[in-house]
Amino acid sequence: MLKNLRSRIAVFFAVLGPGFITAMVDNDAGGIFTYSEAGARYGYLPLWSLIPITLILVVSQEMCSRMGAVTGKGLSDLIREEFGLRTTFLLMVVLLLVNLANITANFAGIAGSLELFSVSRYISVPVGALVVWVLIVKGTYAGVEKIFLVASSFYVAYIVSAVLVEPDWQLALRSSVTPVVMLDGGYLALLVGLVGTSVAPWMQFYLQAAVVEKGIDTDRYGESRIEVIVGCIVMAVIAFFVIVSCAGAIWAHGPRQIHAASEAAVALRPLGQYAYILFAAGLFNASLFAASILPLSTAYSVCEGLGFESGIDHRFEEAPVFYWLYTLLIVLGAGLVLIPGLPLVRMILLSQVLNGILLPVILVFILILVNRRDLMGEWVNSGFYNTVAYLTVGVMVALSAVLAFLSF
Amino acid sequence: MATATVDIDRLIYLTELTGMPVEGPNGLRIGRVREVALTPSQHPRRVSRFLIGSGKTRFMIRYDQVATITPSGIRLADDRFVPYYPDDNLLLLSKDLLDQQIVDVNGRKVVRVNDVALRIEHTSGRDEIWIQEVGVGLQSAFRRLAEGLMPGAAIRQIQRRIKPNAIPWEFCNIVEPDPRRRLKLRISHHRLGQLHPADLADIVEELGPAEREALFETLDNHVAAEALSEIKPKIQLSILKSLDKQRVADIVEEMAPDSAADVLSGLEEEESQEILKDMEQVPAAEVEELLEYEPDSAGGMMNTQYIALHEDAAVRDAIEALRGNEDLLKNLTHIFLVDKKEKLVGAVAAARLFVAGDDAPLRKLAFQETPSARLDDDRARVVELFDKYNLFTLPVVDDEDVLCGIVTADDVISVLNRES
Repeated sequence: MLKNLRSRIAVFFAVLGPGFITAMVDNDAGGIFTYSEAGARYGYLPLWSLIPITLILVVSQEMCSRMGAVTGKGLSDLIREEFGLRTTFLLMVVLLLVNLANITANFAGIAGSLELFSVSRYISVPVGALVVWVLIVKGTYAGVEKIFLVASSFYVAYIVSAVLVEPDWQLALRSSVTPVVMLDGGYLALLVGLVGTSVAPWMQFYLQAAVVEKGIDTDRYGESRIEVIVGCIVMAVIAFFVIVSCAGAIWAHGPRQIHAASEAAVALRPLGQYAYILFAAGLFNASLFAASILPLSTAYSVCEGLGFESGIDHRFEEAPVFYWLYTLLIVLGAGLVLIPGLPLVRMILLSQVLNGILLPVILVFILILVNRRDLMGEWVNSGFYNTVAYLTVGVMVALSAVLAFLSF
Repeated sequence: MATATVDIDRLIYLTELTGMPVEGPNGLRIGRVREVALTPSQHPRRVSRFLIGSGKTRFMIRYDQVATITPSGIRLADDRFVPYYPDDNLLLLSKDLLDQQIVDVNGRKVVRVNDVALRIEHTSGRDEIWIQEVGVGLQSAFRRLAEGLMPGAAIRQIQRRIKPNAIPWEFCNIVEPDPRRRLKLRISHHRLGQLHPADLADIVEELGPAEREALFETLDNHVAAEALSEIKPKIQLSILKSLDKQRVADIVEEMAPDSAADVLSGLEEEESQEILKDMEQVPAAEVEELLEYEPDSAGGMMNTQYIALHEDAAVRDAIEALRGNEDLLKNLTHIFLVDKKEKLVGAVAAARLFVAGDDAPLRKLAFQETPSARLDDDRARVVELFDKYNLFTLPVVDDEDVLCGIVTADDVISVLNRES
């Protein structure tokens, strides 16, 4: 029994990576900004939304990791094989644009967090871009994955920072299980933003590709599923602490709107130097982490779908399109941040709106594929699962429509 | 890189062919082409069936019912139509080829099909369509995206300016997971079996699990063994798990004992025991012995494919021994000398045998000192010995100096490559 448990834990650590990393990157610069905004303006009130968000996240992520394990193919590979080149091409063009907006948002996060430590963005962004580029091009998948797992542990910074702020824990816990919906434009937009930033289209592509790359098959899928669920829960826990930090530090002293995640860090300063430093360092870590994964994931998905050689195990000459695309995404994403007077907050909001619009489309593709018996065999969705999944799509479509309406 | 072999004016593309109008013998329009198919068991290149659609109805015509084919349409010679029914003998070009992965045997890589180029063959009194090549590059991608959005002539104009990248049909290898269909469609993986094992391994790594399994089911044991040795450990395991135990035993038996031990060490204890039980006794015993050692030690890195002779032997005996072990010759660099307790006493470079007389004692040709590793020396120590003494082959001995096996340079290079 004990041996059995031990070997199960060993397998869990062997499959640790894809699901966990994806969920962590989900708390990127855009995510932290939205959580900070939620806490600063509405305090503990929006905390309840984290439970349904986690559910939606688990449902969508689990389907992709299952498809990866069963078919051994990436999501864009499957879309290409089942829906043809034209559909894939259109989808990839949109994904490319949406992800470019996301990448820019994260370089903006690097700029904002390091400016708190008096580092000019004209130094931090180019250096950050170079670090990201070298990490992937010179690294191997296994090595890069280890670095990412270490980066994941730095999210603890937010938990410590929340403790230092000394928020009202009782109220926080009570709000987490008390759904409150107000017919207030700002509040509704915030709820939509919270969902939009938590379930992003690139995650589906990245997770499935990473599951395939790691060679997880149906034998080990059970552990992989647990890993995905644990990852999603940890993501929600971190979001919880970010919201609580800002609720305790800002909302408790007077609710207000903030315009950047780095502004939230500044607001923490009167409560202690450490809370401030940890919050800012957490933002830097999250931004750099996402800025490394997003260009990679995008280049992978696009090249796979359009039939170009891809993968960091190939040399530059073997996969030129892959490496050029990867490089270009970093250069453009970082370059946009350096243009003086560019409204970065609007860029972050825009990236979330675009995510929200693309996501239901991708989810529909996923649902069609995951229900194909010739692809998935006995691993197709159960009836109950489909109900939950279609409900998720319905909610996402409705929310995206609201979000799109509110932001124009 | 593959390039188109035929001028594009002589070609007709699958994307053009599907959607092309079809007229009966009297000139009346009867529908449009929806799909075309080959019957590989009858002819490897000729389009044998046209699936025609008109409104909701689908029917099929045979290739010998066609009178003329021009870029503007197909005209039939008679009007006997058969309703469409799915047939396993047909290779449907749109369904089975477009957007799917195939292996480019000549270029030794896996590619995704964008379009199929065909050509019109004028035979005795009627026209046929033969498959020419498969488009994989930008040119075919552009055609695919633009078809229907701009006039055909304009597409061809632009297409001419893009560098073509196509694979002649004879070098296309479809990997069909369903064995029954594979037989009916006459798809063999024979030509893949003739590639260098390292190239074959790269191809296998690019394919999905079902296709990998299909390939390994058809390769012969020897080729499968050589390719498997070159594949990443993770994928090795998933292939082994997908094949039946007896087949795995047959493949592992063909592998060099050290590679076999590496492969089996990744499996659960029970599974590897089961496979060893199914193998012939001698190779199984060798593999089992190697499995005892830590994979990172000299014992785990070594193999038992070496020639050792008694220290009093002469060149004649050595040549005799080489004749009896022809399968070792490809990589053999040294012959080892042992005393009567099988303790290592020296090594003779194989090339020295050519310049020495038949009667010359091997001991005279041996090096003064032969570097060796202990069974439990770690990987770093082995690499260090190779580097320090500029070796190709390093003998491995136990605590009593008894020769147990050899580590060869290719194993060391693999280790170093994995670490960097």
